[in-house]
Amino acid sequence: MAQDDNSGVDLVAADSSHAEQEFAGSTGTAVIPRDAFENPGFEPHRPRVTDENPKREKRAQRTVYTLFYLSILGSVWAIAAYMLFPMESNDVGAVRLNNMFVGIGVTLALLGIGFGAVHWGKSLMTSAESIDIRHPISSTPATQQGAVEVMRQADEESGFSRRTVIRNSLIGALLAFPLPAVVLFRGLAPQDQLPVELLSHTMWRRGTRLTLDPSGTPIKASDVTIGSAFHVVPEGLAELEHGKLEEKAKAAVLLMRLEPSQLNPAPGREDWAYDGIVAYSKICTHVGCPVALYEQHTHHLLCPCHQSQFDVSNNCEVIFGPAKRALPQLPIAVDDEGYLVAQSDFNEPVGPSFWERH
Amino acid sequence: MSTATTRSTAPEKRSFTAAASEYVNDRTGIAVAIKGLGRKAFPDHWSFLLGEVALFSFVVVLVSGTFLTFFFQASMAEVEYDGSYVPLKGVEMSVAMASTLDISFDIRGGLFVRQMHHWAALLFVAAIGLHMLRVFFTGAFRKPREINWVFGFLLFVLAMAEGFTGYSLPDDLLSGNGLRIIDGMVKGIPLIGTWTSFLLFGGEFPGTAIVGRLYTLHILLLPALVVALIAVHVGYVFIHKHTQFAGPGRQPTNSVGPPILPIYAAKAGGFMFIIWGVISLIAAMFTINPIWNYGPYDPSPVSAGTQPDWYIGFADGALRLIPPGWEFVWLDRTWSFNILVPLIAIGIFLVLVVGYPFIEAWVKGDKREHHIADRPRNAPIRTAIGAAGVTFYAGLWAAASSDLLATHFSLTMEGVINALQATVILGPIIAYFITKRVCIALQKKDREIVLHGYESGRIVKLPGGEFIEVHQPLDEYDRWRLVSFESYEPLMIRPDARGKITAGQRLRASVSRWFFEDRIAPVTRGELEAAHSSHHAEVDTTHG
Repeated sequence: MAQDDNSGVDLVAADSSHAEQEFAGSTGTAVIPRDAFENPGFEPHRPRVTDENPKREKRAQRTVYTLFYLSILGSVWAIAAYMLFPMESNDVGAVRLNNMFVGIGVTLALLGIGFGAVHWGKSLMTSAESIDIRHPISSTPATQQGAVEVMRQADEESGFSRRTVIRNSLIGALLAFPLPAVVLFRGLAPQDQLPVELLSHTMWRRGTRLTLDPSGTPIKASDVTIGSAFHVVPEGLAELEHGKLEEKAKAAVLLMRLEPSQLNPAPGREDWAYDGIVAYSKICTHVGCPVALYEQHTHHLLCPCHQSQFDVSNNCEVIFGPAKRALPQLPIAVDDEGYLVAQSDFNEPVGPSFWERH
Repeated sequence: MSTATTRSTAPEKRSFTAAASEYVNDRTGIAVAIKGLGRKAFPDHWSFLLGEVALFSFVVVLVSGTFLTFFFQASMAEVEYDGSYVPLKGVEMSVAMASTLDISFDIRGGLFVRQMHHWAALLFVAAIGLHMLRVFFTGAFRKPREINWVFGFLLFVLAMAEGFTGYSLPDDLLSGNGLRIIDGMVKGIPLIGTWTSFLLFGGEFPGTAIVGRLYTLHILLLPALVVALIAVHVGYVFIHKHTQFAGPGRQPTNSVGPPILPIYAAKAGGFMFIIWGVISLIAAMFTINPIWNYGPYDPSPVSAGTQPDWYIGFADGALRLIPPGWEFVWLDRTWSFNILVPLIAIGIFLVLVVGYPFIEAWVKGDKREHHIADRPRNAPIRTAIGAAGVTFYAGLWAAASSDLLATHFSLTMEGVINALQATVILGPIIAYFITKRVCIALQKKDREIVLHGYESGRIVKLPGGEFIEVHQPLDEYDRWRLVSFESYEPLMIRPDARGKITAGQRLRASVSRWFFEDRIAPVTRGELEAAHSSHHAEVDTTHG
C-alpha cells in the first residue's frame, strides 16, 4: 500500500542525515518541502536568578528546608490531632473536627515535602538539560532474522507444522479446556429458580391488605383524602424471613386518590379503582427506579432517575421520558372492615422490561 | 578493578552507602538500571504531568483502599445499626453499610481515609481523561505508541469499573439505586439479559450476593489488572522515550529534557507529594458520598436529584436522552431500544476512541516513527474530530444532571432534555466546523508572523505622511517553533501492481481528501525570502 502514496521519500533522501535514515519508512501522504527551514540547534543556556545571585540562592535554600521542617511539623500535628480530637461521643461535630485536623496535618506533611522538593529541583539543582539519542523501536534486521531463525528451528525440531494431526488436536484441547471453568460460573445464580416465573409475580394476592411503608399499618379507604399519596407495601412483608428486599423491589405500590371524574380507566379496568383511589406499581418500567415524585395538581408521577413521567389520571401512561410502558395497575377494593385490599396480583410483570416479557 | 584498588588502599574510607550499594549490586546487578536510566532525559511540559496525576492519585487509591479493607465488611447480612451516628441507631441495614458507617463515625481518621479514597478515585478517572485528551490532541498516539494508547484506553475503562464497583459497596440508598439501574439495563439486553441479571445478583434483584461479588472485583481482580496495565503502560513510556514539543535543538531523533536524576526525580517526586497533599486537603475539608444522609438501600424510596459519580454521568445521561416509546414487542419478545440504543451508541463511541490512531495511520500511510508532539492547530481535522467527540461526551454528561439543570435554571424538564438531544446530535457537527476553522485561522496567523514578523507596537511616520507599525522579524529559534511541522496532502489514487483501483483505496482516498483538503503548509525558506524582497519593494515604492 505504501508504494502508491505520493511519497516524499525521494525528495528528502538527498539531504537526510544518517540518523534520519535509521528511522526510514514511508512518509505516506506527508509533504516534505525541499527548502524547509533547518533546525537552528539549541538556544544558549539562560542562567536562573539563583545561579547569578548568591542572596537569592541562599533564600531558595532557606525556603526548601523550611518547607521540609513544616512537613515534619505537619506529621507531628496529625498524630497529635488523632489524640486531641476523640470522637467517641455520639457527636457528629467531633467527627468533623477529627477529620479536619488530622487531614490538615497530613496535608501539611505532604505539601511540605512536595513543594520543597520541586523548589529544590527548580531553583537549586543544575538546570542543564540532557539529550538522549532515540533509536528506532524496532529490532535490528539481524535480530529479527535471528528470531525468525529460532522460531524456524523450534518448528523443525518439534515438527509443529509438519505433524498436523498432533498440532490440530492440541489446538482443539486448548480450546476445550477452559470451557468447564466457564460452566462453573452457572453457580452464580441459584439452580432452582426460573427467572421469568419470578419476575412475573409479586406478593400481592386476592385480599392482601395495602399497608403503609415502612410502619405496616393497614390503610382504611376513608382515611385516604383526595390529593394524598401513600407509599404502600403488601401486608406481611415485614414479617418475611427471607427475600424481604426482593419482594419489596417488586411489590412497592403508590396509592393516590383523585376525584373519580378525573380518572379515565382503560376498558376492563373500570372496577380496579375504589372511589377515586388508585394503586400503581412504584417500580419504573424503564430501568426500575422507584417512581417516587407525585405532582398533586397535574396528577403526574416523575421518576427521579431518568425523568420518565406518567399520567395517573390516564392509566399511568408515559407522557415523557425514556420509559415505554405504563406503570402496571394493582386492582384494589375494600374488605368488610373498610381496609383497602388487592383484588389480585398485578396482571403483568412489574419493573423494567426483560427479553422474555411479552 | 578500581573497586579492588579502593579496597586495598583506603578501606577505612568506604562509606556505608558505598558498601550497601556494592552488596546489593553484587546480588542484583542493579547498577545497569541506574547507569542506563539515571541520566535519561525527560521532556518537560505542563501537559505531560496529567498522566502523572493519574498515576499518583492511583497510589493514594491503593494505599487508602488497603487501609479500608481492614475495617469494611462486604456482607449483606441484616443487622440493627448500633454505632455512634445517632439518627440511624436501631435502623436495619446490611453489615456493609454498618461497617462503612463505623469507618466514618467510630474509627478516628477513618472518615478521612474514606474521603481520600473517594476523592482520589474521582481524580484518578478525571486525570486519565485529561491525559487521554492531551495525547489525542498532540498526536502522541502515532507510531510507535498506538498500542500504548490501547493500554491507556483499557486503563480508562478499568478505572471507571473500579469506581462503579467501589461506590456500590456501602450498600446505601444511592448506590443501591445505581445497581438497580444496572439491573434494569442488563435485563434489557436481548436473549441473555434476564439470565445475566440473575447470575450477577445471585437471583432476584437485589439479593444478598452482589456486594460480596463487587468487593472481589473491586479489591482483587480489577486492581490486579490496573496495576499490571500501569506497569506495561509506563514501561512503554521508558522504551519509547517521551514525546516532546518542537523546539530549537529538538529533533525527531533525540529526546531533550532534565535528567531523571536528580532534577526530574525531584520535580516529579515533589509533584507526587503535592498531588497527595491536595487530595488530603480536599478530604479534610469536603464531604464526599455522605451515606449517612442517604440511609440503607431500600427498593422503595429514592431522593430527587440523584447523581452518579461524575464519570458514570455520560452513560446515565445517554439513558435519559432517549425519546418516549423506543420499546417494541416483536416475535413475542421485548426489544428495549431505550436501553440498547444508549449501550450501542456508547459502544461505538468507545470503539472510535480506541481505534482512532489506527484510522489516522491508515489514512496517512505514514510509516515513520513520530516523537515530536503536534500542536493541535497543526492537525486541524484531528483537533476538530476531538472537539466533536468532547462535545458528544459533554452532551451526554450534562444530561445526567438534566433534572438539576431544570430546577437550578428554572427550565422545563422537557426543554432541557430536548436541548441536550439536539446538543448530542448537532453539537459535534458544529464543534467540528468551528474547531477546524479556528485551527486553520491560527495556522494562517502563524504563517503571517513567520513571513512578516510580529507587531512591535512601534508606529513610524513615513516621509510621505503614512503611518505604519514596524513589524519585528522573529529570531531563528522562535521561527523554528512555528515552522517545524509537517502537513499532509490528499491521497492520489493510483492503480496497484495489477493495474486495479481497489474499493479500499477509493475509500482511503476520500477519507484522505476529507482530512487534508484544507491544508496550510509551513513556511519555507523560499517563501520567507520572497516575502522579504516584496516587502522591501513596497517600502521602496512608498519612498519613490
